[in-house]
Amino acid sequence: MFDWFASLIVYQWLGLTPASAGGAALHFFVMDVAKIFTLLVVVVYVMGLLRAMLSPERVRDYVRGRPKWLARTLAILLGAVTPFCSCSSVPLFIGFVEAGIPLGVTFSFLIASPMINEVAAVILVGILGWRLAALYVGAGLLVAWVGGVAMEQFRPERWVERYVWQIRMGETPAVPVDRSFAGRHRFAWHEVREIVGRIWKWVLAGIALGALFHGYVPQAWVVRHLGGHDNWLAVPMAVLVGVPLYSNATGVIPLAEAMLGKGVAIGTTLALMMSIAALSLPEMLILRKVIRWPALALYAAILSVAFTLVGWGFNLLT
Amino acid sequence: MKEVKVLGSGCANCKATAALIEEVAAAEGIAIQLDKVEDVAAIMGYGVMSTPGVVVDGRVVHAGGVPERAAVRQWLCS
Repeated sequence: MFDWFASLIVYQWLGLTPASAGGAALHFFVMDVAKIFTLLVVVVYVMGLLRAMLSPERVRDYVRGRPKWLARTLAILLGAVTPFCSCSSVPLFIGFVEAGIPLGVTFSFLIASPMINEVAAVILVGILGWRLAALYVGAGLLVAWVGGVAMEQFRPERWVERYVWQIRMGETPAVPVDRSFAGRHRFAWHEVREIVGRIWKWVLAGIALGALFHGYVPQAWVVRHLGGHDNWLAVPMAVLVGVPLYSNATGVIPLAEAMLGKGVAIGTTLALMMSIAALSLPEMLILRKVIRWPALALYAAILSVAFTLVGWGFNLLT
Repeated sequence: MKEVKVLGSGCANCKATAALIEEVAAAEGIAIQLDKVEDVAAIMGYGVMSTPGVVVDGRVVHAGGVPERAAVRQWLCS
């Protein structure tokens, strides 16, 4: 349907041909804008209707006081289903510390949260299919687990800013919710405006980048440099390229779509996606308010190594 | 006069929330005292982790995201 729509606009109305780079790129762009934004609005609306979005306060209550393995599992799973704004990561970090949740578990949550969310998961299924969505989510959960455990080995407590330990949190207030259908609809529509309003730029940039890749990067070049399973350097390069780049988890999907379509190896694509979604300079700068540079550098290093291993692993298996 | 506090560390959503509350108060002709609480320790003191949060007369009525206009009107008018 979206394919037909894009073909109608680009090939029939604008008169471009599928064979030209510009035509192919524009077709990709129109199709993905229509498809991803439709999916985004529908998924966020349905989640809002079900009131399926968990607040960090609730997550904290679930995780606190559990044995460590259970705390970590819950933190990762809940991190994966809470679409949290990186502007909340400072209060979130402090709230977790204050609740006595181990730092390693908090890091597991911080890794899982931007990388995986239910909205991105549904769109991944819609654009790239079940298999890839499962691989991405599975690998993300694994990296969050291992990354948090690895951080713990370095005793990150010594890098936490002192004031963090002194903050005492008030009782979490019970905010009343309207549970009627009209109330749910209002909430859901509000969520759509809020979330789409926040991430549309990233999604559009991702689609534009994907379209350029789709239209202008020659397939032969891709297969030679990024497709071979024996090309070991491609994965760490992809991770390095992704670190300074930032987009949200939904925004990286169209880029991955274009890369896979041109024959980039799956592991290389996954490594780039994760690196773009999970590691970002703006979030590092925000977290700098609660932890010092050595911890942040370690965080970036551990994640980079983990993404590289994930990439190599999938390239070997496929 | 109602005392309204917007809890948030100066992110775009926090500013939008404060602006929305001022706008609704002006439209409804309600006198309010609006303060922005930007200190993390103070915000956490209210038990709020997801910003922006809204406190009306000492009671937390909202946390996480820009509130709906209808909700703001209800807080101010009740």
